[in-house]
Amino acid sequence: MDTTTSPVITGAAPSVLRRNGETIGFVIMVAALIVAPFFTYPLFLMQAMCFALFACAFNLLIGYVGLLSFGHALYFGWASYLAAHAAKVWGFTPELAILTGTATAAIFGLLAGSLAIRRQGIYFAMITLALAQMMYFVALRMKFTGGEDGIQAVPRGRLFGVIDLSNEMTMYVFVLVVFLAGFLLIYRIIHSPFGEVLKAIRENEPRAVSLGYKTDRYKLIAFVLSATLAGVAGSTKAITMQIASLTDVNWPMSGEVVLMTLVGGLGTIFGPVVGAFVILFMQFKLSVVGEWVLVIQGVIFVTCVLLFRRGIVGEIAALFKR
Amino acid sequence: MFTIFGIPSAALFGQLLIGLINGSFYALLSLGLAVIFGMLNIINFAHGAQYMLGAVAAFLLLQWTGLGYWPALVIAPLVVGAFGIVIERTLLQWLYKLDHLYGLLLTFGVALIVEGIARNYLGSAGLPYVLPDSLRGGQNLGFMFLPNYRAWVIAVSLVICFGTWFAIERTRLGAYLRAATENPTLVRAFGINVPVMITLTYGFGVALAAFAGVMAAPIYNVSPQMGAELIIVVFAVVVIGGMGSILGAILTGFGLGIVEGLTKVFFPEASNTVIFVIMAIVLLVRPAGLFGRRA
Repeated sequence: MDTTTSPVITGAAPSVLRRNGETIGFVIMVAALIVAPFFTYPLFLMQAMCFALFACAFNLLIGYVGLLSFGHALYFGWASYLAAHAAKVWGFTPELAILTGTATAAIFGLLAGSLAIRRQGIYFAMITLALAQMMYFVALRMKFTGGEDGIQAVPRGRLFGVIDLSNEMTMYVFVLVVFLAGFLLIYRIIHSPFGEVLKAIRENEPRAVSLGYKTDRYKLIAFVLSATLAGVAGSTKAITMQIASLTDVNWPMSGEVVLMTLVGGLGTIFGPVVGAFVILFMQFKLSVVGEWVLVIQGVIFVTCVLLFRRGIVGEIAALFKR
Repeated sequence: MFTIFGIPSAALFGQLLIGLINGSFYALLSLGLAVIFGMLNIINFAHGAQYMLGAVAAFLLLQWTGLGYWPALVIAPLVVGAFGIVIERTLLQWLYKLDHLYGLLLTFGVALIVEGIARNYLGSAGLPYVLPDSLRGGQNLGFMFLPNYRAWVIAVSLVICFGTWFAIERTRLGAYLRAATENPTLVRAFGINVPVMITLTYGFGVALAAFAGVMAAPIYNVSPQMGAELIIVVFAVVVIGGMGSILGAILTGFGLGIVEGLTKVFFPEASNTVIFVIMAIVLLVRPAGLFGRRA
């Protein structure tokens, strides 16, 4: 048997190099996030980290399985509703509220995922978008979501019933821990044997099938993982920002997470993080120009697709490879 | 006046009529999407925005030049279709060799740009579009009142839909089109200018969306976001029908419009979601869609 064609062997040398680059990148990212709150608004950073985790979760699907979900607002938004409701009405502690939101996202992910994986490519995107829009209308109708008002004044509460999260710095540390845990989990998934199968499906699904992998099952698990992590991000955001609203569950939010990931770099580890910070910073700075934000986002979409498909991190990585 | 299942007949037929009207727009838009997808392999996310542009063009023609409904019905599709051709030549043509998903992302960007510009100049509120005198009034059919304009919309949509079906399935040009969808390289080898055909197909699909927009203007108000929500429903329609068949797209569009209208009568809470629920059921029972071929 010819073992030289085994991907493990041929991939060994560059992967050592890549691992080094990733370690350095990770250290820089953690250092920056530890120092940053002393220089800028912690609330902005916390929001950005939630969106970064959201984008990382989305990237797990598009970047590593090649599935474009155009309805990730469903998991993000519904998780934030349930987390906010659990914290405010049921009086849950923050970690239990976040778990409630996350579990909601996981269940919705399982239901929507098992429908969407029945079709490929462009249809997959349309189905996820349509299902998300359906759940947007449900959120609009249901009493507990507060309709147009959303759920406001969500208490941050005490973590494990002990640590008071109303302090901005304590909250910051908590969000940082959640973000890093989510990030490392995604990293672990991507580099596991399971992740290798996902990449094989992305590259050539019929071949993966012919090798005996039940690709539908892998796709569904990846979808549920992605939805669950989007749920972690949404729940944490609801507790941090103390609000859950229709914005988070509507289709422009699904578009925004695509934009963040595209700008940062599809299928790169750090791309979604960089993209989320860039896009949020842009929105923060451009809030004065009102509706033009939409036009600017559109222009970024078009430019990225035409000229800049690797994204910021992808371009930097390509620079180092030369 | 009589009742059916405890519902007054006038209300039932009234909602059926609204369903047929919505169905006309679903059919026109999903037809355009299917035609564009067939030739370009791109899902035109900007379809809703181009539909909105048609309505806005009609509105502006009336405001600026005083040209009414009838000229707008011709001018708006031509102008918006030309805009579509510019988009195809400058942006879309670079994507044909890439993954289909990039086409979706790019046209999504175009939709955001168009909608954003429209919101800046028109505001988010709806603007009323006045009906032409010749289409005002209505007929009393005995069991319901049928406004003339609504009858006109349904009739014209049917004519346009079946005209398009005939042109694609039964004419020589349509045969070239279908052949180029199957195998563009071979069709080019026969001396047919496929790139021009692709450009014109996109222009035609966009013009069709704009035409629907002009027809929608007197019924719904003209507003920048009128296309965005509609296009998501049309996506669901396309998933249900499958894009393989022109006739399938037309039938699914009208059929789902009627189902939606009936839902408004019997279970109004679900009227927004019924099409998505049907989509979920179809995916469970017949994953390839009602008229689709298994990919």
